Amino acid sequence: MSTTYNPADPYAGSRETTEGRVYTVTGGDWDQTLGTEAYGEERLVVNMGPQHPSTHGVLRLVLDLEGETVTKARVVIGYLHTGIEKNTEYRNWVQGTTFVTRMDYLSPLYNEAGYSMAVEKLLGVEAPQRARTIRVLVMELNRIASHLVALATFGMEMGALTGMTNGFRERELVLDLLEEITGLRMNHAYIRPGGLAQDLPPGAVEHIREFLEVMPARVADFHKLLTGQPIWQARLKDAGYLDVTGCVALGVTGPVLRAAGLPWDLRKVEPYLGYETYDFEVPTADTCDAWGRYLVRMAEINESLKIVEQALDRLEPGPVMVEDKKIAWPAQLSLGPDGMGNSPEHVEHIMGQSMEALIHHFKLVTEGFRVPAGQVYVPIESPRGELGYHVVSDGGTRPWRVHVRDPSFVNLQATAAMSEGGMIADVIAAIASLDPVMGGCDR
Amino acid sequence: MTGPGDRSGTDAGQGAAAPSGGFRKGAFGVSGSGDTSGFGGLVRVEPGGAVALHSTERPYGGYFDEVTDALIEAVGQATYDAAVQRVLVDRGEITYFVAREHLLTLVRALRDDEALRFELCSSVSGVDYLDSGGPAAEPGRPRLHVVLHLTSMTYRRRIRLEVAVTAEDPHVPSVTSVYPTADWHERETWDMFGVVFDGHPALTRILMPDDWDGHPQRKDYPLGGVPVEYHDATIPPPDTRRAYR
Repeated sequence: MSTTYNPADPYAGSRETTEGRVYTVTGGDWDQTLGTEAYGEERLVVNMGPQHPSTHGVLRLVLDLEGETVTKARVVIGYLHTGIEKNTEYRNWVQGTTFVTRMDYLSPLYNEAGYSMAVEKLLGVEAPQRARTIRVLVMELNRIASHLVALATFGMEMGALTGMTNGFRERELVLDLLEEITGLRMNHAYIRPGGLAQDLPPGAVEHIREFLEVMPARVADFHKLLTGQPIWQARLKDAGYLDVTGCVALGVTGPVLRAAGLPWDLRKVEPYLGYETYDFEVPTADTCDAWGRYLVRMAEINESLKIVEQALDRLEPGPVMVEDKKIAWPAQLSLGPDGMGNSPEHVEHIMGQSMEALIHHFKLVTEGFRVPAGQVYVPIESPRGELGYHVVSDGGTRPWRVHVRDPSFVNLQATAAMSEGGMIADVIAAIASLDPVMGGCDR
Repeated sequence: MTGPGDRSGTDAGQGAAAPSGGFRKGAFGVSGSGDTSGFGGLVRVEPGGAVALHSTERPYGGYFDEVTDALIEAVGQATYDAAVQRVLVDRGEITYFVAREHLLTLVRALRDDEALRFELCSSVSGVDYLDSGGPAAEPGRPRLHVVLHLTSMTYRRRIRLEVAVTAEDPHVPSVTSVYPTADWHERETWDMFGVVFDGHPALTRILMPDDWDGHPQRKDYPLGGVPVEYHDATIPPPDTRRAYR
């Protein structure tokens, strides 16, 4: 039995076999699938991606073109779907951190913080002050790194390759700091329900201060390199237009919304982790285009530097994990010469001194802790917008459901509104200005 | 124990496991594995089981009373009573359990009324409450919940709407006509839970391949995985490992 052309689904004809229905995905000819007479000579359907250097990871765009004008833009996602939300339902609450940190891989600490804050809200506990300050500290460092990648890839996609190399070079400075603090460059699993995996290592504060001295000059270099450049301005201005009404209707938040003129930043409007006590501005622009988004991100790097400095100044000694031993991981890991390591004191305690401590350790590690039944929604301001964690517990040791409202997922819906009617070259600028991360989008 | 519009004790409600009558058996998640510890005979009242169908009494506290009063004024007391089956205030968040026939009336009022102004639909997600540790799913239980998180940027408020449907009749009106941003959220909820959003412009799969069978985030859909051998031991896949309740 041969595969037949199916007008309802031209890409995948199907046939029944003893194994069930088998789909055969074929390319087919456009004249066969669409017919030629209904469309003008100039109409061209371009499949951009999912493997394309200018589409930010595995994003696929199906563009209808009339000449160089985009008449229809459809976004196809799901190529990086890894079932992280489902997986968290089969691990205990602490293990969930290591899963969610792999979603939006450019802002892992935001995923960890959002998840941990949701679990803490379900538990009714709050992380100690030092842990909250360090969370703010590492998250703002992470925001700088994330914005630098956004600017670097932005430059690359617009043809400003030096912007790319500079952006990644500066980002390395941040990643070195995060590696020193957490042990890993990405996917840190550093922020845990109840606090942090470990305290800041010796020397970290000094290294962050050195970074704070270096970075403003590097941001200024970026301005010299790109901001005044006429080609850069010409490529970005009026590209990917989306005003406040469009943003809110399509759920777009973050720098894109702020570049449309609305100073909506959850750190200001719904403060968490004590953000209301930090002195920083919410940069906005009123251009509603890719140019405004570029300027907002550049300004936000400077604001994040201000917050990092304030967080360093107010670091007081203290615990970085809640006191409740039913929740807190029994040992604060120490950073050994080979990266993460055990705490020798704790190993000695449970192996040589206290049987009860050993039982408690065993129960907490194998079972995990119970979280009272209920559901919460915790939104935080990630570099891309509102990152929301909808976490449901049935009272057990595993999450019943973890849903992530990822800003990349929501913001990408605006692609059609930003691109249709414009030139194909502006599609690249529009998507780059959204700064989508497909790991977060597809989860 | 029950609030208005109670659906015969079948609503798993606020994440709590209600359907088994508030009891759970055993200490571990896997049954029939030859557990000789004796814990298999354990019967306990479920944590939170007693409050599963609880409805919060007025006053709700905070801005919740203002929102509720404004909502009643906007849609009328009769519609409100018919639409809102239960209201739950928990952990500083308010949840309205809404009958699906009235969902669109409600969200339209929530977005457009001057005293409400919930302009932003932050998130739409599904939750499958299947049996929550109780007996196997019985047909006719509203196990699939669609959860909408609405944000008022004007008043800086957040509320949650929850609609429960059965797996046999998983139809919920689409809110895309009110909140265009719900488009992809609803496609994802269809993809992952099989909830059909009536009136959605193009309800197709979004994360899974187009020809996928089943809805992966339903609780009766297996996680999958293979056993892994490590140092002469075999580690079973995560969904067959022992779970603790």
